Amino acid sequence: MILSLHEKLTTRKISSVELAKHYLARIKLDKTNSYISVEGNEALKMAAAADTRLAAGENVTLLTGVPLGIKDLLCTKDMITTCASKILADYRPPYDATAIVRLKSAGATFLGKLNMDEFAMGGSNESSAFGAVRNPVNHDYVAGGSSGGSAAAVKAGLAAATLGSDTGGSVRLPAAYTGTVGLKPTYGSVSRYGLVAFASSLDQIGPLGVSAEDCAILLSAIAGGDASDSTCAPRPSADYLELMKDAGARKYRIGLPKEYFIGGLQKEVAGSIDRVVQALKKAGHTLVDISLPHTEYSVAVYYIVAVSEASSNLARFDGVRYGARLAGDRSLAEMYKQTRSLFGEEVKRRIILGTFALSAGYYDAYYKKACQVRRLIKNDFDKAWQRVDLVLAPVSPTTAFKLGEKTADPLQMYLNDIFTVPANLAGLPGISVPAGRDAKGLPVGVQFIGKPFAEAELLALAKFVESEVYSEGVDHGL
Amino acid sequence: MDFEPVIGLEVHAQLTTKSKLFCACSTEFNAPANAHVCPVCAGHPGTLPVLNAKAVEHALKAALALDCKVNLRSVFARKNYFYPDLPKGYQITQFDLPICQHGHLDIEVGTRSKRVGITRIHMEEDAGKSVHAQGYSLVNLNRAATPLIEIVSEPDIRSAEEAGAYLRKLRIKNVNSFRFVEKAIDYEINRQTQLIQSGGQVLQETRTYDSGKGVTISMRGKEEAHDYRYFPEPDLIPLMISQETLETVRSKLPELPDQKRDRFIAELGIPAYDSAVITSSRKLAEFFEVAVSRCGNAKAVSNWVMGEMLRLLKLDEREVDDMEMQPDELGALIRMIDAGTISNTIAKTVFEEMYKTGQDPEAIVKEKGLMQISDTSAILQAIDKVIAGNAGQVAEYRSGKDKLMGFFVGQVMKQMGGKANPGVVNELLKRKLGATS
Repeated sequence: MILSLHEKLTTRKISSVELAKHYLARIKLDKTNSYISVEGNEALKMAAAADTRLAAGENVTLLTGVPLGIKDLLCTKDMITTCASKILADYRPPYDATAIVRLKSAGATFLGKLNMDEFAMGGSNESSAFGAVRNPVNHDYVAGGSSGGSAAAVKAGLAAATLGSDTGGSVRLPAAYTGTVGLKPTYGSVSRYGLVAFASSLDQIGPLGVSAEDCAILLSAIAGGDASDSTCAPRPSADYLELMKDAGARKYRIGLPKEYFIGGLQKEVAGSIDRVVQALKKAGHTLVDISLPHTEYSVAVYYIVAVSEASSNLARFDGVRYGARLAGDRSLAEMYKQTRSLFGEEVKRRIILGTFALSAGYYDAYYKKACQVRRLIKNDFDKAWQRVDLVLAPVSPTTAFKLGEKTADPLQMYLNDIFTVPANLAGLPGISVPAGRDAKGLPVGVQFIGKPFAEAELLALAKFVESEVYSEGVDHGL
Repeated sequence: MDFEPVIGLEVHAQLTTKSKLFCACSTEFNAPANAHVCPVCAGHPGTLPVLNAKAVEHALKAALALDCKVNLRSVFARKNYFYPDLPKGYQITQFDLPICQHGHLDIEVGTRSKRVGITRIHMEEDAGKSVHAQGYSLVNLNRAATPLIEIVSEPDIRSAEEAGAYLRKLRIKNVNSFRFVEKAIDYEINRQTQLIQSGGQVLQETRTYDSGKGVTISMRGKEEAHDYRYFPEPDLIPLMISQETLETVRSKLPELPDQKRDRFIAELGIPAYDSAVITSSRKLAEFFEVAVSRCGNAKAVSNWVMGEMLRLLKLDEREVDDMEMQPDELGALIRMIDAGTISNTIAKTVFEEMYKTGQDPEAIVKEKGLMQISDTSAILQAIDKVIAGNAGQVAEYRSGKDKLMGFFVGQVMKQMGGKANPGVVNELLKRKLGATS
């Protein structure tokens, strides 16, 4: 998509402003609730600036004039950043996230801020204070979360590509549910500066697009070391479009972890994996059965580590310096109590869980133990890398479920993350790529997990699936 | 019943960096409220801390000064609690892996010396400042994220006096300032003693000292203590210190007071007690060293400093650095004594003048005509006068009463206004009194 838009823009078949207007018009008719805020004037201003660059032929990148949507968890100083929460309903950050600065300097156009689960806490995008996101493929179904808006907007043609964030599958899961491609980069490959923190040791910004190539282009623009983020690896970004070409020419040993193919896996999900396996074998790759023995603990570990960090990360929303403040009877305790009552149910649940897991007398049994098991999960992968180059796995046990189907049972919702959280816990890159549809016509995704900084290999294999196994097709009305 | 007070101290010290611990904001003191605030130290969502390398260097200096074992890998942690002047809802500090541990500080109490163990030193950020008014509160974040170290002592201290000595020693090491601690400790020792003697129990609590009333007041008890929910700060990677960095810091370390004290004893040959007094203040030690470099007579400088100078300073309640007299001048004075240009007695007068005015000793001597007279003819004249006027004593001396020599010397000096060279007077007197016999 981005390459063809770039071709149209550089040959002046369409202007950036026309392209932005095209997407803005589609957003007006949107029925998926993908956007929290649409910044039409700002978008047209950015597009006009891109047109100047294109006309002059100076500073033109693959993203110059390309209309993008941004998950509302990334700070943008020209656009309100809500994190899908009432507590930040009017919050305008005083600075841009590093990823935003880099996209701006590449000349991209921002259409607006995308819907998500409140503070990225959820797997179905139903915990947003601004309403659930509907799946563009079937409006009765969830789009997945937490980057539901980012995935739905790509699928519904409401942005050429988008940025999401992935703490436990929040890019890969909605990508799988909506039939789009979503990449969660290695922890430390994209700066988190300006990404409002959910769980700092797990969060990572990731691109979503209609193709692996689109993800590669976005990743090239946002990756690379950043002095503002100590956890960001001090390595330069790369041209992932080029790297994935080279990576696509190589043959790999690909592991199939037996713990990911257990009962409860929807038959179309298993079927899609089979088709991918056959195609990979046919293309000369080697498939290897492996074991990641601690997989069964990953959801438990994740829901201790993530909520513990979240309980601390969300303490700053106290009504003192920014965001909403409910003054109450003007006592300090009342201000805290009333202001923080603006958090939604899921956020409150996680703050309380995390506060408990870190509290005196429970820390050793919960947080500390979880960190120890997290290390074992990482060790599983380190051991696997001695035998294989990549891992192939489902993204989730099932395809998208109906809106409201799991909201009454948080535990069921949490268990849905079983195949995505291990990559976050181990800091590894993962990609979700469409590999078919189920009997109800809902998209099925498959996932590749790689060694640290093996994004190019993941992108190459996703492209392989697109061209050799299944193509979702794309219609942005252009 | 007798009690033994067991005291440990936790001392916070600011590291004197230009910028804050986790952002580039200035640490300037007394700036207008909230002048030095950025998205990071205001705790805006999405911002991340970046550790100030200079602050680490300063913390390492303190670690080495207190003979601590430096942890080559230390970890920052979050201390979670809610307060309006704590922007992030947690303080970034160090918890189970601080930058250094297991040090000590030697203190002198009276003539006794004692070693106080240092449990640990950890780095942390300061909070902002709350100002409470009628019906509202204001928050100033200028201080938020100012770099601090907390120096935790072992419970080795046994009295307010020892605590004072410990704190003064820390201050010499340039890591602290303090007030009222001794008074607060004495108050607490009395309060706790009386409490136990009257059948009560001492509870674990946080108390504050009201310097106006001279009493300590309970702030919160154990049951009201916060559960800080410490956990490793996921936004910062562990702090790794290479052996090389440590050696660089060590090489840049100024000479410590104890090392200076030992050097003065070994190299300059001054008594241990004098050296301890002189090195108890950096300014005093500097004054001493400069004066010695000007005259090469350490013992004499030490005597002047320990005697006249400190006596006068104490009398005037003044410090070394606001004294008119400069070390160069004291050195010059000692040179004049050693060269026999002036006598010790005259030197005392000159010193007092120097202390008062800061004038050069040579100028004072010249101006007041205090130059010592070694001219034998002038002295002989005076001797003849004394012999002529004290025939009785002369006879007594000559019959064997040697003790009278002192009387004659005194008389000659009196004749010459104290300016005569006492050595020459002695020699000539002996010759004159003997010769006539």
